[in-house]
Amino acid sequence: MALSDIRQHSGYLFLAVVLGHVLLISAQVNSKRGVPVLEAVTFGVFSEVQRTLTGGFSGIRDVWSSYVGLRHVKAENDELKRRLAAAEIAVQEQRALADRARGLEKLLELHDRVELATTGAEIIGAAASPDFRTLTIDKGTREGVRPDMAVIAPAGVVGRVVVPSARSAKVQLLIDRNAAVGVIVERTRAQGVVVGSGDDRLQMQYVSEASDVAVGDLVVTSGIDAIYPKGLAVGRVEVVEKNGSAFKRIVVKPTVDFTQLEEVLIVLTPTPAKEAAAGVSE
Amino acid sequence: MRAAGVILGVVAALALQTTLARYVVRGTVAIDLVLVAVVYVALTSGPATGLLAGTFAGLVQDALSTPVIGIGGLAKTIVGFLAGVIGTQFIVSQPLPRFVVFFGASALHAVIFMGLYTLLDLRHFDTPYRVVAGQSTANALVGVIAFQVVELLPGAVERRRAAKTRLRR
Repeated sequence: MALSDIRQHSGYLFLAVVLGHVLLISAQVNSKRGVPVLEAVTFGVFSEVQRTLTGGFSGIRDVWSSYVGLRHVKAENDELKRRLAAAEIAVQEQRALADRARGLEKLLELHDRVELATTGAEIIGAAASPDFRTLTIDKGTREGVRPDMAVIAPAGVVGRVVVPSARSAKVQLLIDRNAAVGVIVERTRAQGVVVGSGDDRLQMQYVSEASDVAVGDLVVTSGIDAIYPKGLAVGRVEVVEKNGSAFKRIVVKPTVDFTQLEEVLIVLTPTPAKEAAAGVSE
Repeated sequence: MRAAGVILGVVAALALQTTLARYVVRGTVAIDLVLVAVVYVALTSGPATGLLAGTFAGLVQDALSTPVIGIGGLAKTIVGFLAGVIGTQFIVSQPLPRFVVFFGASALHAVIFMGLYTLLDLRHFDTPYRVVAGQSTANALVGVIAFQVVELLPGAVERRRAAKTRLRR
């Protein structure tokens, strides 16, 4: 059948394509596999395109910022020297304080925290659909990245790795509708679950009416979900309302500004909960 | 040749979407450039090309970002086909009718997309009316502007060339 014939019978073509889609969706929804092969392959290929594009954009931006940066470099250099001198004095003071704090920690036997092993990654792309909040980073299985590894930034939790390919990985952001993290309110230790809502705010669920939660409270990870290490900042409570049910309605503003992210850290150390789960399965 | 142009256009929209989306991730007016490209192709090339462009764009978009491949593809296929039918049955050459078509197509896409996810119990959307209205308006504005640019650009270039030729004489 020639292309012109197909165009004249677009109704049949439409029905065939719709039927194909229905079969495709049915096959996936019925099976309970992990990541579909098609998704992994397409993501792997397209992430290379994203890497190239981002490289191009970064190159142009770097050239421009180098040019702009040179114009005020002398004044900036003097200012930085002055700040460095002040910082060196501050470091000496802080070192003395840290030594004292370390001594107190030992004394109180609180020195049981494990240092987190992390690797830095650059963001090379974003979600192809606005209905999903994901990012693509330039580190993959070659660098030891695995599904469900926590991704963090200096300001707090960013999300988790969902689909790693050889040289890149897809990260589900905390603000995605399907994202969730076990949390506690730092001030009162009230427990709950923070879930994404698709926009720039999070919702803290399953916090009982009796719990003490106030606007401005810092919400941190509880570590019970076996993905995120304990104590990482998630956000600050913005709204607390009575819901009528047994739980409060709490809106949390993330500490991370997802529009400003350039680089992130992937946590390579498994959480104690994950290690325990792995031990049980073995 | 035309098919290659359509594929190239959709891939360009997809690349632009993935590159720019992280700067506008703050969400209620996230623009779907791929959907805009599909509706544009459908309005200019008819229902068959529209539905094929929708299928291609939707499936690639699904494979890149969603857990179930086909839902976005189905939504964009239907939208591409219907936009193509509207393009052939009605005169859609002014900004206002085009705005209406882009707005309607975006809203229909959201209804199918969210409807299927809810139907299959894969995801739940809490009162998404404001989000859908915002996205549809943003998509419609981008679509209308894209049409105007594509239509006015060759004329503007031609006029500039003619003016330069007159000056030389």
